[in-house]
Amino acid sequence: MLSINSVGRRFPDGTVALRDASLRLEGGDFIVLLGPSGCGKSTLLRLISGLDRPNSGSLDWDGGRAPAAGEVGFVFQDATLLPWATAEDNVFLPLRLRGVSRQSALPDVHAALERVGLAGFETSRPRQLSGGMRMRVSIARALVTRPRLLLMDEPFAALDEFTRHRLQTDLIALWRSIGCTIVFVTHSIYEAAFLARRVVLMTPRPGRIAREIASKLVAGPETRLEPAYAALVADITHAMERALGHGELDPA
Amino acid sequence: MTPRWMRFAPSLFGLLSLAAWEAAVRLAGVPVYILPGPLAIIGAFVADPLGLLGSLASTLIVTVTALVTSATLGVTLALAMSASRLARAAILPWAVVLQVTPIVAIAPLVIIWVGDPFASLVVCATIVAFFPVFANTAAGLASAPAELNDLFRLYGASRRDTLFLLRLPAALPYFLAGLRISGGLALVGAVVAEFVAGSGGFASGLAYRILESGYRLEVPRMFAALVLLSLTGIAINAALGALDGAILRRRGDTHNDKEHAP
Repeated sequence: MLSINSVGRRFPDGTVALRDASLRLEGGDFIVLLGPSGCGKSTLLRLISGLDRPNSGSLDWDGGRAPAAGEVGFVFQDATLLPWATAEDNVFLPLRLRGVSRQSALPDVHAALERVGLAGFETSRPRQLSGGMRMRVSIARALVTRPRLLLMDEPFAALDEFTRHRLQTDLIALWRSIGCTIVFVTHSIYEAAFLARRVVLMTPRPGRIAREIASKLVAGPETRLEPAYAALVADITHAMERALGHGELDPA
Repeated sequence: MTPRWMRFAPSLFGLLSLAAWEAAVRLAGVPVYILPGPLAIIGAFVADPLGLLGSLASTLIVTVTALVTSATLGVTLALAMSASRLARAAILPWAVVLQVTPIVAIAPLVIIWVGDPFASLVVCATIVAFFPVFANTAAGLASAPAELNDLFRLYGASRRDTLFLLRLPAALPYFLAGLRISGGLALVGAVVAEFVAGSGGFASGLAYRILESGYRLEVPRMFAALVLLSLTGIAINAALGALDGAILRRRGDTHNDKEHAP
């Protein structure tokens, strides 16, 4: 789908947010960018979305064509809903901006809300919804255009643990049923181990990609109790500590 | 919850104060040209209700015209500033100059330059009322979070879509709050301008009645005009508050809705 080749991003104040990052995204992948604050994972996500441009390197889309508006969905850390609009109007927004009439958009809007478990909440406003429900509306809004690529920037970081677990399980189910590519940013090793097909470890100052860990875990509601999950968490933890130069903490 | 009788506390306190005022004036034998009692003030109003109400109407017309003008001007300039950084750099310093210049100091000039009495009063009141609605609207237009702006960019929104679907709706509560402040200031501006203009020999607003009564030592009538002015200020504030509440409630912005459980 996309080859990211030696991409670098330096901000006007001189901060090197990302240096020499290379990554290949395949169709149907679930990639988690994992690392501490300041490692450039959100910057990489913004470069992929086209919201920001690299100073060096290139992003080469297969077929030579960058995705059109609506082919990439974005979910931010906050739900970023229009506070004055209903859940339905918030999900309708991307279609409205593409010139789709409300009448012809409504079936898709309702289907997207149903997918995220919010059927019956169409007329609720963000203020009337819990944090987890607001995030579900945000995910429905990202899905309504049927994107090929879904970018998620720490979407569950502000939620309580129970809500986070439920949304993680639901996200995996959504990804399996939709089959789009997801790039998910987090600083939680547990979240990365649960969600990812590929965990991309990133380190700060300057932000760079340290290594990749593949996962064969088939995530489901019971996964967090399985030894394979605990082993993957341990693997990622050790790899992360080594990458961050905390080798002395590594018992191996 | 507040007990029901608490709602009457302000009225009760007001009535008691008025009674104490009347009693004090009578017992101490204070002459009406120094401090009239409430009954004398009511008497002055009853003696010439049409004259005072006519002046009230005159002041009110100036106030409302100035408020509408300042809201139109404020929103237009705030929109221009949000659309172009050049416009922002050009407009903002002059808006601040307008805000910090005392109206009393420039009112005589405005009256000379504009010529027409009604128009010059409106110009003065507009200068006073302009800044809050302008500054609030400008802040509101820039208040949408960066992520929402990113989202609109990501979906290829035109500038027009971003304005109408994001920036203007985000600015609405700010505009309404600014309008409420400007409403009070428009009245203050109208009164100040009438004072200056009144001394020049034209206009018939409430401020002019206060001046006129002062010259004639008709102090109860002066107080009656003052009371009408205060009531007008309260009414303007309440009306704009009700407008604010009605619009935001209709949009679903009220904060007392029942929250859903997570």
